[in-house]
Amino acid sequence: MASVSELRNKYLRNLPTRFCPGCGNGIVLGAFIRAVDELRLKPKDMLMCSGIGCSSWTISPYFHADTLHTLHGRPIAFATGAKIVNPNLKVVVFSGDGDLASIGGNHLIHGARRNMDMTVICINNFNYGMTGGQVSPTTPLNSKTTTTPLGTNEKPFDISELVVAAGASYVARWTTYHARQLTKSIKKGMENRGFSFIEVLSQCPTYYGRLNRFKDAAEILNWFKENSTMEKEAEGKIFVGEFIDR
Amino acid sequence: MIKSSQVRFIQGNEACAEAAIAAGCRFFAGYPITPSTEIMEKMCKLLPSVNGHFMQMEDEIASISSVIGASWAGAKAMTATSGPGFSLMQEGIGYAAMTETPIVIVDVQRSGPSTGQATLVGQGDIMQARFGSHGDYEIIAVAPSTAQEMFDLTVDAFNLAETYRVPVIVLSDAMVGQNRERVTLRRDREIKIVDRKTPIGGEELFFGGDEIPPMPKFGDGFFVHITGSTHRADGIREETTVDVHEKLVTRLCAKIEKNKEKIVKFEEHFTEDADILVIGYGATARPSLGGVVTARERGIPAGFFRPVTIWPSPEKKLEELLEHAKTIILCECSLRGYKPEIERIAKRKAKIIHFPKIGGTVHTSTEVFNMIQRCI
Repeated sequence: MASVSELRNKYLRNLPTRFCPGCGNGIVLGAFIRAVDELRLKPKDMLMCSGIGCSSWTISPYFHADTLHTLHGRPIAFATGAKIVNPNLKVVVFSGDGDLASIGGNHLIHGARRNMDMTVICINNFNYGMTGGQVSPTTPLNSKTTTTPLGTNEKPFDISELVVAAGASYVARWTTYHARQLTKSIKKGMENRGFSFIEVLSQCPTYYGRLNRFKDAAEILNWFKENSTMEKEAEGKIFVGEFIDR
Repeated sequence: MIKSSQVRFIQGNEACAEAAIAAGCRFFAGYPITPSTEIMEKMCKLLPSVNGHFMQMEDEIASISSVIGASWAGAKAMTATSGPGFSLMQEGIGYAAMTETPIVIVDVQRSGPSTGQATLVGQGDIMQARFGSHGDYEIIAVAPSTAQEMFDLTVDAFNLAETYRVPVIVLSDAMVGQNRERVTLRRDREIKIVDRKTPIGGEELFFGGDEIPPMPKFGDGFFVHITGSTHRADGIREETTVDVHEKLVTRLCAKIEKNKEKIVKFEEHFTEDADILVIGYGATARPSLGGVVTARERGIPAGFFRPVTIWPSPEKKLEELLEHAKTIILCECSLRGYKPEIERIAKRKAKIIHFPKIGGTVHTSTEVFNMIQRCI
């Protein structure tokens, strides 16, 4: 296996990163690069699309391929146009819970319904990080954010279930604690000819973590470890693994 | 594909689709909306025969987004819409301007605001076409006034978009788009077709350097980075540096402003000695000219002026005409329409009589003539 610095030199633009200490984006980017390397994909043939938000900065501009940093919520729509014109492009969308499940919800379900050949990686950190920690459609019930100071009373979306119902052909969910499993799912998603959706629950220690009494990033990772399960029917735990592979 | 020149009796909207194909458009995405839907239906019919691609998207936002994506993948791309759909596309227009993406947006104007008179003519999108997205940017907008011009100006729109790497709006209206008229579908060699400047290789800049930089396409190994955030000449985001933003946005505006005289088109009749200048465009062009012709027959020194490019406006020519003409009658299907721009150009040197007609109908030549008579 290639070393971190080898991977970094091979796949990333040489730019300083702008993420907060403890941010989960680096783990997801690492898992993604390992998947690309193991699949021996050529970055020249890849198109990386992203929307607006912290998650979207994960690959834009860092991943050294054609990178299209689009409007808030719209990366799947932009990617659809590019993919149709050039079907040889390996299209990957990096986006977040606010981008995909809130402002861009329509494009997400229609991308899945069409089973457009692209891989969508959704970094779900339960809040709007870039704007300072507001409630998102995936904020867990009763969690505090800057716009739900008493705790949210709206039920969150299960984005993965939503995308399965909408017609995606490959859907999996992991957390940043499950970096190796995540790489495997990203590989599988990119090899699937159709709409692949990989949700990654990720830590935002700066906002969601701080407002909900997590001491640091490690504590959130531990929480992921203890509160996730690969058993589908387990009560009160987050299911991680494959939802569908069809 | 049009092999040889053909004369047909078709709608302006159909002529627009035929022109797009002739100009090299190979991707269309849209969402049904009256009175522009015929463009989408016709594109759906025509594109497969030229190995092009058609998508009906989930909304207008997705339509313009996928059109921008398609343009970067190397295709000449277009969308068409009306009324509320055009409002929804504004963010995308700003993105295309900022990322210098050549796209064509056809806005078949209908009577607003809001759902308004969905099936009827209006000209209330003139200011939105230029100022609808936030921030400083420039676009080009052309206003056809016949079905034939729906063909000719759609070809022009693609050429302008490719030349200046800018979104170009075909600012039509329900009357011009849906009227059936005789249209000559010009064959390929009868029309000039411009393609975007592409990079040759090596260390080229795609968002700076030249006034209009070359544009690579996805998959060609240029590893291009495109962002709507303020970016350097190499495309990399650098949104908090004063100089970077100033340089970028100044160039985006200047590339249109400086080339204005090359872009601007207009039509004029009887203007040389005209005391009264009747201005009409799009649907109001013909009744305006009709009124002027009647006036001339009765010896009234009236002239007709039609801006073909609405943005940038034919400022220089109009200023010239106002050396002689002291009254302007502006005929349009909007209470505001083009009035602020005409007022700005006239600088109080001429009396401006605004002659709007709203409610989903257009002036008659007689009404225009009566207005001219009242101005003597």
